[in-house]
Amino acid sequence: MSGYGILGCGAYVPLLRLPRARIAEAHGWLNPARAAGVRGERSVAAWDEDALTMAVEAARDSLRDLVAQVGIDRVQLVSTTPPFADRSNSGLLAAALDLPETVVATDAGGSLRAATAALRQLAADRAPTTLLTASDRRLARPGGGAELAYGDGAAALVVGPGEPLAEILGSAGLTRDLVDHYRATGEDFDYAFEERWVRDEGWFALVPDTARAALDAAGITAGDIDRFICPAPARVAKKLAKLIGLDDAAPADPLLDTPGHTGVAHPLLQLCAALEQATPGQRLLLVGFGQGADALVLRTTDRIGKPSARTGVAGHLARRREEHHYMRFLSFQGLVDIDWGMRAEHDRRTAQSAHYRKRDAINAFVGGRCSACGTCQFPASHVCVHCGAVDTQAPHRFADSRARVKTFTEDWQAHSPAPPLMYGSVSFEEGGSVMMEYADFAPGELAVGLALRMAFRIKDIDERRGFRRYFWKPVAAEPPQEAR
Amino acid sequence: MADGIRDKVAIIGMGCSRFGERWDCGHEDLMVEAFDECLSDAGLEKSQLDAAWLGVFFDEQNTGKSALPLAMGLKLPNIPATRVENLCATGTEALRGAVYAVAAGACDVALALGVEKLKDTGYGGLPERTKGTFEDLYLPNSTAPGAFAQLASAYAAKYRVSTDELKRAMAHISWKSHQNGARNPKAHLRNTPSIDDILNAPMIASPLGVYDCCGVSDGAAAAIVTTPENARRLGRRGPLVTVKALQLAPSDGTEMRHDSWDGSHTITTPIAAERAYREAGIRDPRRELDLIEVHDCFSITELVIMEDLGLSPRGEAIRDVLDGVYDADGEVPCQIDGGLKCFGHPIGASGLRMIYEIYLQLQGRAGERQLPDPRLGLTHNLGGIPIRNVAAISVIGLHGA
Repeated sequence: MSGYGILGCGAYVPLLRLPRARIAEAHGWLNPARAAGVRGERSVAAWDEDALTMAVEAARDSLRDLVAQVGIDRVQLVSTTPPFADRSNSGLLAAALDLPETVVATDAGGSLRAATAALRQLAADRAPTTLLTASDRRLARPGGGAELAYGDGAAALVVGPGEPLAEILGSAGLTRDLVDHYRATGEDFDYAFEERWVRDEGWFALVPDTARAALDAAGITAGDIDRFICPAPARVAKKLAKLIGLDDAAPADPLLDTPGHTGVAHPLLQLCAALEQATPGQRLLLVGFGQGADALVLRTTDRIGKPSARTGVAGHLARRREEHHYMRFLSFQGLVDIDWGMRAEHDRRTAQSAHYRKRDAINAFVGGRCSACGTCQFPASHVCVHCGAVDTQAPHRFADSRARVKTFTEDWQAHSPAPPLMYGSVSFEEGGSVMMEYADFAPGELAVGLALRMAFRIKDIDERRGFRRYFWKPVAAEPPQEAR
Repeated sequence: MADGIRDKVAIIGMGCSRFGERWDCGHEDLMVEAFDECLSDAGLEKSQLDAAWLGVFFDEQNTGKSALPLAMGLKLPNIPATRVENLCATGTEALRGAVYAVAAGACDVALALGVEKLKDTGYGGLPERTKGTFEDLYLPNSTAPGAFAQLASAYAAKYRVSTDELKRAMAHISWKSHQNGARNPKAHLRNTPSIDDILNAPMIASPLGVYDCCGVSDGAAAAIVTTPENARRLGRRGPLVTVKALQLAPSDGTEMRHDSWDGSHTITTPIAAERAYREAGIRDPRRELDLIEVHDCFSITELVIMEDLGLSPRGEAIRDVLDGVYDADGEVPCQIDGGLKCFGHPIGASGLRMIYEIYLQLQGRAGERQLPDPRLGLTHNLGGIPIRNVAAISVIGLHGA
């Protein structure tokens, strides 16, 4: 019988990093003590990124090594900040990934523990191959601790039977309504209770027993654990390790300095980071926390450490662009009401029937390839743009293609939440040219011939109707890696 | 085999409103201003018109749909009237309708009038409009300057010129049009910025600064056409101005979808130009054309159009521009009236405004900016944006020239 566990893993952390010192600079007047102690930097989703777009990128990263080998039966999008309360976010995720429409797509959330709970359930059920994504873009009120602590990001695991990177040996869980923080439906911001109470009555009281139960279920002892993965501050994790009886060196980097706490994604993001560094035969203890606790024990296999095409956590953390403007950070989250001028009044209503007709083009970036002359083109059309043959175009997906800048501009007149709006014609390596909006570039960076890859992003936000539409945008194939 | 319309139709009257931010005028005021001049120039009565074509681009912005705004605004006596729209080639398209009707013998005297009232949006630049239910889903929320600025990035890369070098030629183009526009009492912009003013202006869509962009204007222009024979019969004295060619080339989708286009020029202009030169019997346009009015919506557009029209060799427009080939005293004066840049760009009127200038110049009626003895002129519109556009070309000359 084959094993069951993590067949692939991937991550996504937005390119933008806001040094906490910059937040402290803005708020030093109101809480000098908090401002004094800050360090590190938090990841910041650009205006056109949300829990869905980040999940898509993490999912693509997790599939990079195994698209050919693994059929995905189920897709889960776990988030406490999904863009839609009633529209299948996971269904759109599946569409963006161009998965077969027979895939079972489910949304989950409701607690920061939802991703570890979902992973436990998959293992317990030995569920068919599942793409489990976890992603959060949590808002925080300016000036508070959450604004400093949070980061934006996503992680994805391909979980199922086969030859895993890491087997899931056992798990345990506890559900208890300890309200360390909460956010009512429809509210923007979390409300958190005193950290010291959460630490003593929450982490220290709930996690050790759950961890021990998971170790028992896996049939190993605390001393066997090589890596302790826990989405808590380092000092809390260190004390927990002692309480559970783990080696002092077991706690993994909590990834809280950078990129910050990525919410429901965080334990999976940490797990991905641990798997990137692991060697075969290591035992990992993974914890989730939120109105109870989860604990899972995993063991890495010989497949670990092999060369991988994924960018992963390490790769994403190496990519970096510093956000110099605290106000832009606020604006990207809609926390400041900028005067965008009259051009921003333009109605961005979506004709759902038109979107539905063109769903493959828009969601999955599928154009056509002419079977008569081989020309790839977007959007697909009845008549080939090159040879004129009629109805010869087979679906051709551009989302995973490499491309280059053919033309570009930095447009200060066009409305954009991140001026200037940068766009131009993009040449795809297999042929085909599309005028597209560039993402994640700073003024002065675009150049004709620059290498690009495609990313799934928010295209427009229809504030009036609470709708947002998505499309693909070219980003740099080799993103900047600014030194700190 | 069709032999084209060379010399089959004469322009016997033209009118053009003052262009500019005509805050006190609506489309009807502008139409009447152009039409009154046109009708009196032709020496006709309204009752002598047999048919009319109206050109309006932003119908939802200003004038409204159909040709009724023209028919009702001018109180035309229930003659056939049709509204045409073909992006920035709309004005030329209105003339094309009237000229073809006369050439076909379907009517004796036809009116073409183009109008645009843009300055009611409350903001600078062209109005924000939907691109359509599907295209809004994937095309960038581009602006006109941003769409045309793309030409500059590809041109600079293709010919390995620095942006600074290209910018200097672009600045000369705008400088020249301001110099010309200053001598045109109907022009929207009559100031004369220096090359440094132009180079140091605020950026609109890189590398286009504010002086690289044409005026967004209100205005109207009109023409009355008939056959040369009928022109004489109607008592028209002096040299007749006739249409030598009217050609149109819309994109077929290549620019938007196929990589064979490198983005540094327009595909449609050389096609329309080749047809127009053939129709007009022009073999060497640089030598034979005495003046040209081209679609200088942005300075970079004018630069690449000089090559697309076959006036400058590929890759050499920068040199020709800086050498003054297209200046008022140059080999081929371009935008002698100020062009879109300074005369202004009320979209539906622009094609007819260009022809108005050629018409005046050919008759020696261009006042302070009159060129010495021109016999043949060309107008060019580029409707749309480089990735999908309509090129329209007219050649207008003295009868028999």
